[in-house]
Amino acid sequence: MIITCPHCGDRPIEEWVHGEIPVVPDSITDPDARDVDRAYFHTNAEGDVREAWFHLAGCRRWTTITRNTRGYV
Amino acid sequence: MNEFWEAKVALDWAQLSDSYDVVIIGGGGHGLSTAYHLALRHGITNVAVIEKSYIGGGNSGRNTTVIRANYGIPEAVRFYQRSLDLYQNLEAETERWIMHRVGGNWWLVHTEAGRRTEQARAAVNKAFGADTDFVEPEVIAREIPGINMNPLGRFPVMGASLHHGGATARHDRVNWALAEGAMRAGVDIVQGVEVTDIRTSGGRVVGVDTTAGSIATETVISAVGGHASVVADMVDVRLPIRTHPLQAFVTNHYERKFDPIIASADLGFYVSQTARGEMLAGAHIDPEPSYSRRAGHHFVNSIARNMVGLFPFMGNLRVLRQWTGTCDMSPDYTPVMGVTPVDGFFVTTGWGTWGFKAIPAGGEAMAQLIATGETPELIAPFALDRFERDRTLADRSSSGTH
Repeated sequence: MIITCPHCGDRPIEEWVHGEIPVVPDSITDPDARDVDRAYFHTNAEGDVREAWFHLAGCRRWTTITRNTRGYV
Repeated sequence: MNEFWEAKVALDWAQLSDSYDVVIIGGGGHGLSTAYHLALRHGITNVAVIEKSYIGGGNSGRNTTVIRANYGIPEAVRFYQRSLDLYQNLEAETERWIMHRVGGNWWLVHTEAGRRTEQARAAVNKAFGADTDFVEPEVIAREIPGINMNPLGRFPVMGASLHHGGATARHDRVNWALAEGAMRAGVDIVQGVEVTDIRTSGGRVVGVDTTAGSIATETVISAVGGHASVVADMVDVRLPIRTHPLQAFVTNHYERKFDPIIASADLGFYVSQTARGEMLAGAHIDPEPSYSRRAGHHFVNSIARNMVGLFPFMGNLRVLRQWTGTCDMSPDYTPVMGVTPVDGFFVTTGWGTWGFKAIPAGGEAMAQLIATGETPELIAPFALDRFERDRTLADRSSSGTH
């Protein structure tokens, strides 16, 4: 799998560290419940997800990409 | 082989009715085991198991078939020991040969810190009913065929926890034996039918929609692997689950004389030998969530180097097959079982990389919950609401790989 880095170009996934962007649904309004959801729960979508990836073995900068969890990027 | 080896499995596929007492989504080990126990222990037979592909075609047929109870926390040790005991008796109970074989699970350590961790694990196991001892390197060198006691120059084997009850069984045969038992008792099992929606009314389940029509039911159990979040989303239940791929491979056949199941956290892999003689190896999950079942070269490359370091004779083997399953990973590496905020919707999920060994006890407990309406004491700690109650059950070190 290849992730395109805005600084380094196309780089293999082994160089990267995955970072989730937690999204708490608006339907959860209680502040404590929002904290629990942010800490433990996941949308875990099958399809396109927005994620932050850290280019550890490259420029060491974060980039945000859209990835389809059904298959390769 | 044993007295059951010649018995042929007879599967009798059903047509879906328009109403059931219980609908189980997912015809994998946990779904089939739940149906089996509902029918044979509680006499509840108006049950449908709906499988979108073929039974045991998901993780129940993709796992590495390890059965063990050497977990790190009391709640898990008790539960998995119950499952290990049920597996011991599964051939006699179903009268089907599941190729159950006890070989012992050796968890190698390569550091002083590792020694302390495994000594603690052995103590917790003993205290809560699992048979585990810490063993010194001399025992390992004597008992494990072909082992290199100083792999890769920097991972000296400094001891192991030996879980005497560690076993393997043929995963497909477990699924078939449970399916056959449930079918004989009157459970309807269908393949190639997908549940597309779960209908609710006033906060409780009233039915499911499938690609083969609608079904009225007041009880739905999600026993799916991989797609647990997708099914729970049908009733707006949030799960603490991320789906990660897990890869495994087998080598070509080799003389059948390697009995133990070897694991090493530091080397990051585990290996056992199948009844056919293949060396079966697995490792850790892919780090990023994905529903993809694609297998890659990077995984084999990294595992093979460590495997050949520990067992030099495996350098002569060839990789025969490689595959991937999709694991429902919970944040604390412990299953999520029982009731949900929606009346009539139950989940058995969070089976991550440790679901196969839990099939008998998981199904037994879910069936008991459905039949009695009360959560069995054995699985009460695994409840979905443990996260908001701040009662998570962190057990990553002992469930992390297999």
